[in-house]
Amino acid sequence: MSQSVLLQAIVYLAAGVVFVPIAKRLGLGSVLGYLLAGMVIGPDGLGLVGEEGQDVMHVAEFGVVIMLFLIGLELEPDLLWKLRVPIVGLGGLQVVLTTVVISGLAMLTGLPWQAALAVGMILTMSSTAIVLQTMNEKGLMQAASGQSTFSVLLFQDIAVIPILALLPLLATYPLSESGEGGGHDTLLADLPGWLQTLAVLGAVLAVVMLGRFVMRPVFRIIASTGLREVFIASALLLVGGVALLMESVGLSPALGAFVSGVVLANSEYKHELESDIDPFRGLLLGLFFISVGSSIDFGLIQENPLLVVGVVLGMMTLKAIVLAVLGRRFKLSTDQNLIFSLALSQVGEFAFVLLSFSLQNGILDTRTVGLLTAAVALSMALTPIVFLVNEKLLLPRIGTTAQDKKASDQFSASNPVIVAGFGRYGNIVGRFLRANGIGTTVLDFDSDRVDILRKIGIKVYYGDASRYDLLKSAGAEEAKVIVIALDSPEKSLELVETIKKHFPHLQILVRARDRDDAYELMDAGIEHVYRETLDSSLRTGVDAMRLLGLRAYHAERSARLFRKHDEEALSELASVRHDQKQYFSTARRRIRELEQLISSDETDRWLREVEEGWDSESLRREANQQTN
Amino acid sequence: MASVLIQFAHPALEKSRVNQRLLEAASDVPLVTVNDLYEQYPDFDIDIDREQELLLRHDYVLLHHPMYWYSAPAMTKQWIDLTLEHGWAYGRQGNALTGKKMMNVMTTGGRQEAYQEAGYNRYTVRQFLAPFEQTALLCKMLYLPPFVVHGTHRIAEEGILEAVQQYRTLLERLTADEFNPDHAAQFAYANDFLIEKQSL
Repeated sequence: MSQSVLLQAIVYLAAGVVFVPIAKRLGLGSVLGYLLAGMVIGPDGLGLVGEEGQDVMHVAEFGVVIMLFLIGLELEPDLLWKLRVPIVGLGGLQVVLTTVVISGLAMLTGLPWQAALAVGMILTMSSTAIVLQTMNEKGLMQAASGQSTFSVLLFQDIAVIPILALLPLLATYPLSESGEGGGHDTLLADLPGWLQTLAVLGAVLAVVMLGRFVMRPVFRIIASTGLREVFIASALLLVGGVALLMESVGLSPALGAFVSGVVLANSEYKHELESDIDPFRGLLLGLFFISVGSSIDFGLIQENPLLVVGVVLGMMTLKAIVLAVLGRRFKLSTDQNLIFSLALSQVGEFAFVLLSFSLQNGILDTRTVGLLTAAVALSMALTPIVFLVNEKLLLPRIGTTAQDKKASDQFSASNPVIVAGFGRYGNIVGRFLRANGIGTTVLDFDSDRVDILRKIGIKVYYGDASRYDLLKSAGAEEAKVIVIALDSPEKSLELVETIKKHFPHLQILVRARDRDDAYELMDAGIEHVYRETLDSSLRTGVDAMRLLGLRAYHAERSARLFRKHDEEALSELASVRHDQKQYFSTARRRIRELEQLISSDETDRWLREVEEGWDSESLRREANQQTN
Repeated sequence: MASVLIQFAHPALEKSRVNQRLLEAASDVPLVTVNDLYEQYPDFDIDIDREQELLLRHDYVLLHHPMYWYSAPAMTKQWIDLTLEHGWAYGRQGNALTGKKMMNVMTTGGRQEAYQEAGYNRYTVRQFLAPFEQTALLCKMLYLPPFVVHGTHRIAEEGILEAVQQYRTLLERLTADEFNPDHAAQFAYANDFLIEKQSL
């Protein structure tokens, strides 16, 4: 009945729309918002959705397929190569060791070894969505902990594929869905084994060929029509088609999507694909998490509250211990190791996928899956709290302290300048000011860097720069100027807000990564915004002009005038930007802006080629008129 | 009433005892606009439209600068080169500045005795300023004798105070428009003219 489908859609959408913003506001992240929404509308909550939640989950699993496609798209070979040691070493050991430990424990509780192994592999996964989001927001991605975390998550993402392939082999129960099957008694079921293998290889090869040789020209033709919806449709068709093909030969659709993503990672349509497909991934994953939430069996939790709590705490502790041991082995400092091991201690969204997959394939029984689903959801809910506990309680005691006790005597007077973030940008600003004898206090969130800076004798405060208490103890009340040089735009904005609220006398200078960041900061009322690439790009241009034989002074001067013109164009575009919100994708807006900019470069009379005062042209003309 | 534009140029004001005080004294005189050129254009890229606009709005133009190598610092020259455009400030159609008055306000390390034929600088200050005088004339402006603070190398606090007081008096006189340019033009220094007036 179409009406009930519509009604259901409305229930799901409304739940998401209500709960996700609330969860975001509370700092819990969108994944938890969706889970919460699911719990509320689920059979144990308001009962707005019932058993059909399972069907919805099947639809929503396509979101996972799309997610893997996008992960594949993001996998740049260079990055992989650079991180090969941490990815394979750290990530690989984490997956193997955690699986072994948890499987062992699960066997002790009396699960058969197949089920125990499945549980081990499933609980190994951490939440890419939550962890990357949180680390990014906290500006930790560039620190040692951020890099290690990323490596482990990446390995886990890749490991999902062999795990998905492995799980069916562990089946001990009869398939829960009869007849149609879990998608594994396929076209090939009747063929002999060697032919099946051949067909599987052929299918993978077909996906690679498709991505490499067929899709590019197809995308080119479609893109040239300028019909965006057709492009989106073709992208979805590609992912769906590949998923279907994989399913029909008995491989995981997610694997297929991943492979086709990797194949297209270097294509010129990468960004277009990403921005077009991403909303679908978001929506479907949201749907997926809602249906997970609605399938949490509260009855089960009520019956065995201790068991659930025990499982949650037990698995998080185990994971954290394994991670901490590995972190130490891979030479992370205490601080970084704490962040790293606690950040990854929850069980992530892939577990839901794998759990429902295990249920369908008869690897785990309903009770175990129900119990674990609840435990996984709870562990994800605990993640923001774990981060908070680590920041407020653990790190201040164990790790690098927020204030430098040794040095604080030396620097009794407070400094006029605070530099927040001493990475590749902030360190130049800080060094420059210090070299000119201007006292600077540094705030940084990378404990390794803080330790080194303190050794050199720089006044450094360790911690999240946007915290009021840290700013206060760093002398924000007496300082005159604060330079915000953080990597994360969100953090910068947060810091701006804190300063405006508590230290309104501080002059704020902010680093922006690009135009978009600059707009955000200008919207927040910041006057001094610095795009980090502007000046060095212009210097490159100047050198290019000089190598072509143009006069040095002309080139330098043109660059300065161009910068002035560009800054003016920036504030102009900032004011009209709000009218351009109709541009759905930022990529499209950027292209449109670039077009506007380039045309303004041509039409604006920003550059007098030579100032008239240096040019005797008009004097010559007047002199000639007189002699005539 | 008349308005005064001070085109101030000093590349290292933070090190100049006298000019800091002079500028400070000038900054709160009504109808006086101080245009600190090195502060405004650290890259020497002079905004010609802004400068011409400023000139049009004022009656007196004071080029205030230390004397460097018998002339002004590079910025003052850059300003002249770029702002006084042909066809605007001079030339057949260049009448924008007609009737305005121009004056140099200078500090020199050497004492006044050094600036005469028998002194070791061999020329008078007025002779060294010939290019400025001619620039003013070419732009159909009236050139007034310079206001000079001599001997800043060794000047004592009383000397600075006196110079500051004189500068203020000069600016007040100019803005009050009780300044007879033709009469003033007879003096070697604007300072002399002020002293004469006071003694009257």
